[in-house]
Amino acid sequence: MTLLRVEGLSAVHGLLPAVRGVSFEITEGETLALVGANGAGKTTLLRVIAGVHPVAGGRIEFDGTEITALPAHRRVADGIALVPEGRRLFPGMTVEENLRVGATSGRPGAWSLDRMREAFPQLARIWQSKASHLSGGEQQATAIGRALMANPRLLLLDEVSLGLSPKAVDGVYDSLQHLKAARTTTILVEQDLNRSLAFADRIICLLEGRIVAQGIAADMSRDQVMDHYFGAHRRAAHGVPA
Amino acid sequence: MLNEVDFALNEGEALGIVGPNGAGKTSLLNVMAGAYRPSAGAIGFRDSDVTALSAAQRCRLGIGRTHQIPRPFSRMTVFENLMTAATHGGGCSGREASDRCIDSLRLCAMMKVANRRAETLGLLDRKRLELARALATGPVVLLLDEIGAGLTDGEAAELVETIREIRRRGVAIVWIEHIVHVLLQAIDRLVCMDAGQIIANGDPQAVLADAHVVDAYLGGGAHDLAPR
Amino acid sequence: MTSWVNLILQGALLGGYYALLASGLSFLFGVMRIINLAHGSLAVIAAYALWFIAERWGIGPFLGILAVLPVMGGLGWLLHRTVFERSLQGGELVPILSTFGLATVVDNVMFQNFGADTRSLAPYIDTFAYESWNLPGDIYIGQLAVLVFALAVLVLGGLHLLLLRTSLGRQIRAAAEDPDAARLVGINAHRIHGIATAIAVMTVALAGMSLGMRATFDPYSGSQQLVFAFEAVVIGGAGSLWGTLVGGMILGIAQSIGAQLNPQGFLIAGHLVFLVVLLARLYAIDKLGTLMRQLRRQPG
Repeated sequence: MTLLRVEGLSAVHGLLPAVRGVSFEITEGETLALVGANGAGKTTLLRVIAGVHPVAGGRIEFDGTEITALPAHRRVADGIALVPEGRRLFPGMTVEENLRVGATSGRPGAWSLDRMREAFPQLARIWQSKASHLSGGEQQATAIGRALMANPRLLLLDEVSLGLSPKAVDGVYDSLQHLKAARTTTILVEQDLNRSLAFADRIICLLEGRIVAQGIAADMSRDQVMDHYFGAHRRAAHGVPA
Repeated sequence: MLNEVDFALNEGEALGIVGPNGAGKTSLLNVMAGAYRPSAGAIGFRDSDVTALSAAQRCRLGIGRTHQIPRPFSRMTVFENLMTAATHGGGCSGREASDRCIDSLRLCAMMKVANRRAETLGLLDRKRLELARALATGPVVLLLDEIGAGLTDGEAAELVETIREIRRRGVAIVWIEHIVHVLLQAIDRLVCMDAGQIIANGDPQAVLADAHVVDAYLGGGAHDLAPR
Repeated sequence: MTSWVNLILQGALLGGYYALLASGLSFLFGVMRIINLAHGSLAVIAAYALWFIAERWGIGPFLGILAVLPVMGGLGWLLHRTVFERSLQGGELVPILSTFGLATVVDNVMFQNFGADTRSLAPYIDTFAYESWNLPGDIYIGQLAVLVFALAVLVLGGLHLLLLRTSLGRQIRAAAEDPDAARLVGINAHRIHGIATAIAVMTVALAGMSLGMRATFDPYSGSQQLVFAFEAVVIGGAGSLWGTLVGGMILGIAQSIGAQLNPQGFLIAGHLVFLVVLLARLYAIDKLGTLMRQLRRQPG
């Protein structure tokens, strides 16, 4: 059953259009990856769905109800949680406090502080450490944990591998694999195309704010997707810097 | 943060630095650039000891750097950012300065946005601006901090081309990076750091095969390190 | 000798009042990066409200405060909705300008309504205003002064516990550190900022009560009180709640010593200490840091 439906969504970033008439759906339990070059509108799109970026046009429907005008904190209460680009932990607060704050919306569900310690043993070790003292991998685990504490029905992940060593990225995706197995509906933006293709069920390619291709991950090849990064016309001019 | 780190960079060499978060990579860069003072030890540039020199003085000597999170002069245009770098860090003026800026703009594919205010740029252009601005100071050594982060494979390929062109001009490079397959295309030597120390130093493929490096940094999974 | 002990003790107790006065300013700055220049005037509003209640209905300030506190809290909420929230969108300097304007408006409205006469709450608390305990060694400590000091400790301690131990406190801290990320975890940043402002203004009401009881006030007393609060916060370190207590005490002690040395010395001594600490924070701390590093490099 369709969990999220986005119709004709538009948004601007400063003076420039960032998202232009984007429409797509995601069914419950699905993992969708958004791919595209920098500036394609991926982060803006996630932030619009989360409610922290204003909508210029179009509508968003979550679980059958329109949420286009709903403020961000109400969307969290409804079950949408975003892990923002760059983690954005609260630096003066400890891991435990960051996780507690994640439960502000009071949504019931499987995730609790105890369950968090079990599922993320690396967090249990740094429970009382201040977020500003954590390594990149630890911050990422905490940020994902903080979003999970809201017991979301839809999890949005923005560039979780950014700035992490390959080993740390492996760790993050191992945790995400568990979530996937538990059928958590997820939309992720991931710089590493190979990981996106391996992890997601479906891929949507964005170029300059528009959807230029979408399909089942297993059916799409790297080259096909790479073509859409730049658009076919730029392939003809291959070799000339932007 | 750093624990008895020793290494040397030769003229025109390109050195990559990898390591887990918190290993001290950026701290090392900051110490070389003059942003941090070391509590012990010395930094030599060509034949002189530059440990006591400020970051600005080192820049004028020829040590240029970029920042992990781009720090442009927001209210100034791209061109003005570069001119500031060329006239102060690079020590040139007038015609020579603007020629150097135009050259930087071409090299980093920023001609189209030269008159845009830095604060209106997207992430990719900000990163290009960091690089262009460092180049405008006329460096002999260029210190790069995770300049490949967040780039798609196509954008990363362009970056590698630009770095190769910079090397052809005789500039030495020190490059901290997590996107290993990109790094490998541009460097001669690789260093891996962990917990404030250098744990491996030498031929890139050998370093990446080193057991300590695999354990601390790469992790056990298969990693596609071939150029894409 | 005993007179010096007495002096320092009085100064420290006076510092309790300054700390109570400054707690709201410190809290608001720590939570929302707002420097509220109407702070002193708000304290005077509370003092006038208590005076009015006592004058009109004969209800003493200790009872009157039970009515004034929630009203001031509501005023704080309103202030946030109408002034602070919009001001913050304009940048960090706009709240200073708008609260400055607000202070002027408030002062003059009070002047229009209450006239220029100085008032006091002392007549309504009988002898409590000047009763003191006699300690060995010829030391007298005023009971009111001790009460105000205790109130300051309670308020600062309460704020501290609120921020560290309660869910509301965590939400306030999160919204202070990163309002955007706070919204992403489900915090209604708008409501939280309103609550924080209401709390801050309620502490100001307590300070107004203390001001009225231990001294006199008039419509324009606000600016003087603002200066004291500001100095206490800076001396103790902006952003530290317990630092505000220390800052208040240092200010009070400096003023008392100054008054002893010279009849005009009260205010001047306080301002001097404030300036010295301010300059020290700006310059010496930096130099000290470099000096420490240089000393460490020698043996290395």
